Amino acid sequence: MSDVREFNTRPAGSPGAESPLAWSFQRQGTPPREAKPGVTLREKAFLGHLVLRGGAIVLDEAVRETLGLALPARPNALVQDASGERSIQWLAPDEWLVIVPGGEEFALESQLRQALGQAHFSIVNVSGGQTVLTLRGENAREVLMKSTPYDIHPQAFPVGKGVSTVFAKATVVLRRPAEDTWELVIRRSFADYCYRWLLDAAAEYGVIVER
Amino acid sequence: MFHIYCPYCEEHREEEEFHPKGQAHIQRPEDPEACSDEAWGDYLFFRDNPRGVHHELWVHAVGCRKFFNITRHTVSYEILETYKMGEQPTITAQNLPGKDKQSGVQAASGGWQTVGARPESEALNDASNQGARV
Repeated sequence: MSDVREFNTRPAGSPGAESPLAWSFQRQGTPPREAKPGVTLREKAFLGHLVLRGGAIVLDEAVRETLGLALPARPNALVQDASGERSIQWLAPDEWLVIVPGGEEFALESQLRQALGQAHFSIVNVSGGQTVLTLRGENAREVLMKSTPYDIHPQAFPVGKGVSTVFAKATVVLRRPAEDTWELVIRRSFADYCYRWLLDAAAEYGVIVER
Repeated sequence: MFHIYCPYCEEHREEEEFHPKGQAHIQRPEDPEACSDEAWGDYLFFRDNPRGVHHELWVHAVGCRKFFNITRHTVSYEILETYKMGEQPTITAQNLPGKDKQSGVQAASGGWQTVGARPESEALNDASNQGARV
């Protein structure tokens, strides 16, 4: 067992948290419902985000044991479980982003620490610092093409890929978990900016925000 | 805009994602207490500014946030190669393909590491050698 002290950032019965986009939703509102929207935006709020750092081999073992997922070893790879709710993404040669349903992250962190023991690693719970926005619809790719210099042609960006790159004037983790879905992992401090950028960029195709 | 190959992400990325961090392969004097003031000053403050091949440290700031090296031609801005930290360049001022030398470009003295406190090769840093490589 590692001797790092852990604490649950969101214990049961704690006062309600606010998503990074709460203020934007309240101030910007959501655009009027379109009959045939080209783009659908949805926030996946309050997921559990963990950043794992360390050697690929030890982390892979621990992650297989606790999550039942293999650590993606290839650069820019994204793996998910069958339900698509738990995922691990390669961020750097020694860094991975794990996203699990909200509420599971503290238990997972403890299990990982248990499994890793005295190995050289770091686990940081960044759930409060970022949020996930999903982008769907036939024009979703056009919206992204306006926003990021990264090549998002299906040939260059197949399902199961994720990169951290430039988005508008902010940075974002862009990933493609399914054929018709794009996910943006945005930082809390950029959330309002990215949200408003997306509404503006998607306005010409018709955009709805699901809540 | 450049497309720069990140050796860690193993793909080309937009220049916007990178930051230059100055000259590469600078070695810290092994025993700072024992080295001369001149050697320490060289290590801290003096950098190459070659006309020709230059080895630079860059960081993939928006991507994987890893540091790596770029061999760059300061006249044509051509990126000759990128390689990971801890590796040695395969392209240096000495073995640069002939056409670049013929175009009136003077290859940098030594090409890499000429002012560090512990030059990796005396010959590279000998001022009298420089004329020979024009």
